[in-house]
Amino acid sequence: MRSVLPILTVVMAILALWYGAAVMLNRQWTLDQAARAGQDLTIAQIVADTMAQERPKLPAPHQVGAELWNTTGAMVLEGRAFTRRSLIWHGWVTLSATLVGFGIGTGLGILLAVGIVHNRAMDMSVMPWAIASQTIPILAIAPMIIVVLNSVGISGLLPKAIISAYLSFFPVVVGMVAGLRSPDRMQLDLLRTYSASPSQAFWKLRWPSSMPYLFTSLKVGMAASLVGAIVGELPTGAVRGLGARLLAGSYYGQTVQIWSALFAAAILAATLVGIIGLIQRITLKRMGMAR
Amino acid sequence: MAGPVARPGKGTIVKSAVIKADHLDLVFQTNDGPVQALSDVSLSIEKGEFVSFIGPSGCGKTTFLRCVAALEHPTGGSLTVNGLTPDAARQARSYGYVFQAAGLYPWRTIAKNIKLPLEIMGFPRAEQEERVARVLELVDLKGFGNKYPWQLSGGMQQRASIARALAFDADILLMDEPFGALDEIVRDHLNEQLLALWARTGKTCLFVTHSIPEAVYLSTKIVVMSPRPGRITDVIESPLPKERPLDIRDTAAFLEVAHRVREGLRAGHAYDE
Repeated sequence: MRSVLPILTVVMAILALWYGAAVMLNRQWTLDQAARAGQDLTIAQIVADTMAQERPKLPAPHQVGAELWNTTGAMVLEGRAFTRRSLIWHGWVTLSATLVGFGIGTGLGILLAVGIVHNRAMDMSVMPWAIASQTIPILAIAPMIIVVLNSVGISGLLPKAIISAYLSFFPVVVGMVAGLRSPDRMQLDLLRTYSASPSQAFWKLRWPSSMPYLFTSLKVGMAASLVGAIVGELPTGAVRGLGARLLAGSYYGQTVQIWSALFAAAILAATLVGIIGLIQRITLKRMGMAR
Repeated sequence: MAGPVARPGKGTIVKSAVIKADHLDLVFQTNDGPVQALSDVSLSIEKGEFVSFIGPSGCGKTTFLRCVAALEHPTGGSLTVNGLTPDAARQARSYGYVFQAAGLYPWRTIAKNIKLPLEIMGFPRAEQEERVARVLELVDLKGFGNKYPWQLSGGMQQRASIARALAFDADILLMDEPFGALDEIVRDHLNEQLLALWARTGKTCLFVTHSIPEAVYLSTKIVVMSPRPGRITDVIESPLPKERPLDIRDTAAFLEVAHRVREGLRAGHAYDE
C-alpha cells in the first residue's frame, strides 16, 4: 500500500502536465475559430473547447481514453472485436508478427551466442557484423526487406516478423554471450578436472549460468520486436496492424487515433515484457536461484 | 629429495611415490616477458601422506598443484601421478580438486552438486545416490542434501565441495587454500574434521595454505616454497603423532616445527618486499 501513493502522485503529475500542454497547444485553433465566427470566448469556454476538439494538436487524456475504449472494450461488447475498426484486431495483427519475429530473433541470437562463445573465428567475425547491423536505421532497411521479400513472393506476416527478428536478435546475442561466459575460470577448471566434454560443460554449467542474462535480453528483445513489427507495417500500404493505424491517423490528421494506437502499442509492450518477467520469476525460483 | 623416502616411525618399509616431480620447470610467457613460476622442483609424495605447501604469493604452490591436476603443463622436468602422466591420471580419475571457493552451482541442491562429477563420469543412477549419501555423511552434512548452497554457511559449503571431490573415490585429494576465506574458528573446526576424514579414508592429501599453524597442524610433510623463481626451500617431515587434538598446537614439538617453517620462509626472503 505504501508504494501506491508515490505511483499515484506521479500519474497525477503526468496527467496535470498533459492537460496543461493540451490547453496551451490547442488554444490557438479555438481562438482562430472564435475570431472567424466573431465570437468572444471566456477562459472557461476556451479551456473546455481545447479538450473536445476533433483534431487537436495534442488530444487530452480522456479523449485518448475514450477512443481506446470505443475501439476495444465497446466493440467487444458489440461482438465486433475482430473487425477493421477494432484496435484489438489491429493489435493482434501486430502481436502475431511480433511473436513470430521474437521467436526467430531469440533462436538466432542464442545460436549466434553459442557459436561466438565456442568458436574463435565466429567470435572475431560475427560480433562486428551484429553491431553494424544495428547501426543501420531500421526505417531505412524495413521497406527494402518488404520489397525484396515481396518480389520473391513472400508477403503478409513473415516480412514484418523478419524485421522484428532483425531488431530482437541483437540484445539476445549480446546478453547470451555475456551469460555463457559468466562462469569463472575456477568453475571451468573444476569441470576440466572431471574431463568433462564441451557439451557437458555447456549443458551443466554455461547454459544454467546464463539464465538470468537470457531473461534480461528477452525483455529488451521483446520490446524491440514490437517496434520492428510496427515499423514493418508502415510501408505495407497501411492496411492492417497498429503501424497501419498510426500511418492512417497521420494521413487524415486523426491525432486521437494516433495517440490511442501509441497507447495500445505501449500497453501491449508492457504486457509482453511483464509476461517474460513472470516466466523469469517462476523459472529462477524453480532453479533455486531466487531467494 | 627425489626417490622413495622411508617414513619416520615406519621402519625400513619403502613405499612407492604417488606423486613424483623431478626437476620440474614451468615458465609462463606473459606480456612483461617470461615468468619462472616453478624452478627445479623435485619432490616425492608417498601414498597416504598429508603434504602442505606453504609460502607467499607467487611461490608456485598453487601452480604445482595445478600441474599435478594437469591444469598447467610444465615446460621442463618430469611429473608422474600414480605412475601416470598428469593427463592420464585425470582420465583415470586419480584425484579430486578442492578450490579456494566452494564453487557450488546455485541452481543445484547440495546433493545434486555432489552428483555433478558422477553425472559427468557416467556413474549409474542408483550408485550416484548411494555415493552422495556416503560422502555427505563423511563430511557431516547428512540431512542437508536437499538444501541449496545459499542456505548453508561458508564452512558447510566448503565441506560440501570436499564431499564433491570425494564422491568418485579418487586416491588423491588436491586442496588449494580451501579454508582461506573462512574465519579462524570455523577454520579450526574444519581442520579437525579434515584430519579425521584423512585418517578414515587414507587418501593422499596435497594442501596449499598461507597459514603456518594450519600447515603444521595438518601435515605429515611440509613443503616450504619461495617466489621469484618459484622453488622449494625446505621440506620438513613432521615428528608429530598421527592423533592430533587441537591443543597439540601448544606443545613444544608443534612450536618447534612451526619455528622451522618460519625459518624456511625467512631463508627464502619470502617476506622481503
